[in-house]
Amino acid sequence: MNAVSQLDQVKTGPWNGGRSPWSVEYGKIMMWFFLLSDAFTFSSLLIYYGAQRFSKLTWPAPDKVFQSIPGIAEHGAPLVFVGIMTFILIMSSVTMVLAVEAGHRRSKKEVIGWMIATIIGGFMFLGCQAIEWTHLHHDGFWWGHIPSAEELKHFFLKPEDVSLVAAQQFANLFFTITGFHGFHVFSGVIINIIILVMTINGTFEKRGHYLMVEKVGLYWHFVDLVWVFVFTFFYLV
Amino acid sequence: MSEHHSAAEGHEHGDHAGLTKGKIWQVFGILLLITVIEFIIALYVIPHGMMTQKVGNYIYIALTLLKAFYIVAYFMHLKFEKLGLQLCLTVSFIFIIYFIVLMLIEGSFLNIHMLHNS
Repeated sequence: MNAVSQLDQVKTGPWNGGRSPWSVEYGKIMMWFFLLSDAFTFSSLLIYYGAQRFSKLTWPAPDKVFQSIPGIAEHGAPLVFVGIMTFILIMSSVTMVLAVEAGHRRSKKEVIGWMIATIIGGFMFLGCQAIEWTHLHHDGFWWGHIPSAEELKHFFLKPEDVSLVAAQQFANLFFTITGFHGFHVFSGVIINIIILVMTINGTFEKRGHYLMVEKVGLYWHFVDLVWVFVFTFFYLV
Repeated sequence: MSEHHSAAEGHEHGDHAGLTKGKIWQVFGILLLITVIEFIIALYVIPHGMMTQKVGNYIYIALTLLKAFYIVAYFMHLKFEKLGLQLCLTVSFIFIIYFIVLMLIEGSFLNIHMLHNS
């Protein structure tokens, strides 16, 4: 045995790191710590939003900014559309967990079915977000753009509350934070599609386990988790 | 090597078997219920003056953290992992709490000093 192949040998002693203190597979630990760092990124964005909101005397009222159901009602339905979006995302989290559960039983057919459902949920959410963005853009909000002072009166609780700075900060932060979240949903859908193709090809069947589905599931649940916070701080508070 | 690997994982699966379907739907029901409560507060309780927006905000944040707990503990399976991993992933958020406190103090300071040049 030469020196190189000795290096290749897996070390098994406790002093060599040959023990797994958490009994969690390597890839899963890495996914968890990636998600922890990602949670810090989202926290920073949301905390900056909180600090901005605290520093302003007034802020656009969510019930007035988000009160349409595209294609059904232009006004007077606050929170309904975002409620549908929240429901879609929670639902797709459930189908993801069901895919993981089916993976535990190595039932290829069920994994495929639930993964397809999850991907459809992801696309539906992205579609809703595109509609929401378009609607807000039509109102005049965008990065660096706000409606005129006269039009802004419709978006604050009282007409005398109107603050151009607050409206601009709201617009910038809304598009940045929901955009960053939407980007995560989009990457999640792409990763889910890759896992679906691998499942159909029988890759996990040959490997003997469906751990990859669980790791991708962690990412997908995290995306849902972030939305729970975005929903609270942009639409409710 | 690979044979040994998959055998070890097979054993592991036995150790923490996944959630049952019943439990999954139960957690889904709880998440949906919490969201419905938030909607009732936002669309009925606060507009009818039964609660101030400020009290509502504290309730929203409490309910949001409760939802986060259910997603992380059950859907992300953290409740069934070892204590060491649980602590590593949760205690780190002390830094975030510290950051929140810092930035909100900063925001309030600016708010007080903004009266004359908003």
